[in-house]
Amino acid sequence: MAANYTNPIVRWIDSRLPVFTMMRHEYYDYQMPRNCNYLWSFGAFAAITLMIMIVTGIFLAMNYTDNTLLAFTSVERIMRDVNYGWLLRYIHMNGASMFFIVVYIHVFRGLYYGSYKSPREILWMLGVVILILMMATAFMGYVLPWGQMSFWGATVITNLFSAFPIIGDPIVTLLWGGFSIDNPTLNRFFALHYLLPFLILGVVVLHVAALHIVGSNNPYGIDMKGPQDGLPFHPYFTIKDGFALVLFFLVYACFVFFAPNYLGHADNYIPANPLVTPSHIVPEWYFLPFYAMLRAVPSKLGGVLTMFSSLLVLFVLPWLDTSKIRSAKFRPIYKQFFWFLVAACLVLGYAGSQPAEGIWLVVARVGAVYYFFHFLILLPLLGKLERPLPLPTSISEPVLKGSGPVPAGAHAKPMEKA
Amino acid sequence: MSDTTHSAGGHGGQASGHDDEGASRRDFLYLATAAVGAVGVVGAVWPFVSSMNPAADTLALSSIDVDLSPVQVGQSITVTWRGKPVFIRHRTAEEIAAARDVKVADLPDPQADDQRVKKAEWLILVGICTHLGCVPLGQKNTDPRGEFGGWFCPCHGSQYDTSGRIRKGPAPANLVVPPYAFLSDTQIRLG
Repeated sequence: MAANYTNPIVRWIDSRLPVFTMMRHEYYDYQMPRNCNYLWSFGAFAAITLMIMIVTGIFLAMNYTDNTLLAFTSVERIMRDVNYGWLLRYIHMNGASMFFIVVYIHVFRGLYYGSYKSPREILWMLGVVILILMMATAFMGYVLPWGQMSFWGATVITNLFSAFPIIGDPIVTLLWGGFSIDNPTLNRFFALHYLLPFLILGVVVLHVAALHIVGSNNPYGIDMKGPQDGLPFHPYFTIKDGFALVLFFLVYACFVFFAPNYLGHADNYIPANPLVTPSHIVPEWYFLPFYAMLRAVPSKLGGVLTMFSSLLVLFVLPWLDTSKIRSAKFRPIYKQFFWFLVAACLVLGYAGSQPAEGIWLVVARVGAVYYFFHFLILLPLLGKLERPLPLPTSISEPVLKGSGPVPAGAHAKPMEKA
Repeated sequence: MSDTTHSAGGHGGQASGHDDEGASRRDFLYLATAAVGAVGVVGAVWPFVSSMNPAADTLALSSIDVDLSPVQVGQSITVTWRGKPVFIRHRTAEEIAAARDVKVADLPDPQADDQRVKKAEWLILVGICTHLGCVPLGQKNTDPRGEFGGWFCPCHGSQYDTSGRIRKGPAPANLVVPPYAFLSDTQIRLG
C-alpha cells in the first residue's frame, strides 16, 4: 500500500479493500514502453467495444423475445417502436463488426511485433480464447433476429459438427434440442449469447492481469531496461488512447448513422423460412476467411478440421516461431512474409464471399495452404535461417541518440542513462 | 515529464506567480474537459434510459372505445385499458342515492359523488386498490362488496363505497377515475 490518500474516506476504504491503490498501480503508475505507437491503442478499443456490446445488449434484451414466432417481429418492433431502439440495435450490430476489426488489428499487431513470444505466451493464449469466445458469441447473436441468414447460418454452422464420425450427429441433436433448428435452439442460443460476453469479460480481466505482470511489448520488441525506457500510463497513454478512441468512435459512428446495414446481409430482413434456403449464403464478413478454408477442402470432415485448426494453430504459435527476436522491424525476411500472411487472410476473406466454384475455389485453396505454410513451416524455419538486424541497446537509445539501429558492436557497450 | 507532474499537483499556495497562472489555466482545462465529458455521458445515457419508457406501439394502445349498451342496470363489466382493469358499473338508483347520501367531509379522501362521474348511472374506475395494487372484488353480484356496497379488496381488507371511495381499511385514496369521454349515450372512449 504505497499510495497515501489525503481523503479520509478513500483512505478508510483503501486500507480495507485496496481498489484505489490497485487502479493507481495498474492505470496510473503502470510503466508503458515510451515508444508504443497507436497500434497499442487497439486493446483499449476492444475493451471499450466489449463494454458497449454488453450495455447495448442488455437494453436490447429488454425488448427482445426468444421465440421463433415472435423473435423477428420483436426485432422489428425494436427498430420501429422502441424509443431509440434503432440506435441501440445499430450500435450493437455494427459493434460486432467493430469488435472484430479492432481485435483482428490487435492480433496482427501482436504477430508483427512478436507480442506472443516469451514471456507473453499465456497472455497470447488467453487472447486466442477471447477470440474463439467472441466468434461463438457473434454467431449466436446473429441467429437471434430469426431472419433467413440467421436460420441458414445456424443450420450450416451447427451442421459442421455432423462431420465428426460417430459423435457428430448426437452433438448436432444436442445443439439443436430437436430434429432441426427450432424454438429450443433459439432459446438456448439467446441464453448463451447473454452468458458468453461475461465469460469474455472474465478472460479479458485475466488477459490484462497477465499483461500487467510481464508488461507491454513495444515496436522494438526489446525489454524495458529502466525508468528512462518507460512512461507512466497516465497521463501519457490515457491521453494517447483517448485521442485514438475518438477517431475510432468516429469510424464506428459513420457506420451506425450512415451505413448501418453495409456490413450485414439484406436477406436477414426476410423472416426465417425452414423450407427455402437463400440462393447464396455467406456468413458475416469476419467469418469469411474461415468460411473460405472450410469450403477449400473437398471433404466434409477435412474442411471442418482445417477451419478449426486455423484457430487452434494460434495456440501453439509461441512455440512454432523459433526466432528469439520479437519485432519484425529487425527480421527483414519475416517482415515481408508477414504481409504475405495479411494478404492471404484478405484474399481468403474475399474468396469466402464468392460462390465456391471455379477460380474462387482455387484462390481459397492457395490462401489456405499459404496460411498453414506460414505458421507450420515458415515460422519454425525462419527462426533458424534468418539473420536478424542488430537490436538497439535500449528503447530510449534510438530516440535520444539519432535514429535507426546501432552497429552490432554497440551491444557490448554498457547502457547509458538517458 | 517532471514539469508536468509538478504543474498537475501545483494547486498549493506556495507556488510562484508563474505557476499560479499555470495552475489556474490547468484548473480551467480540467473543468472544461469534465464539462464536455459530462455532456457526452448524458447524451450517451439518454437513449438507453429513453428506450425503457413506453414504446410507440404501447402508447398507441393507450385509448380504447367501450360500448355500454349491453350493460344492464346493476351490472358491472371489466375492460382492460393500458394493461389494467377498468370497472364500469351501471349503478342502480339506490346505489346512486347511497353514494350521494354521505357527509363528504367525513371521508378519508373527501370527494363528492358528482365529481367522480360524468353521468350518474355510469361509474367508471381504474380497478386497482390504491393500497398496494390488488384488484378489489365486487364486480359480480355474488362477490363480497364490503360494508358500503362497493368493492372489497381481498389483499388487505380495504372497502370502497358505491362511488369507489375508500371508506375503511389501509388504502389511502379513492379508486382512480380514468380520463374518459362519452362519444354518445352508450359509447365511451377511455384515455
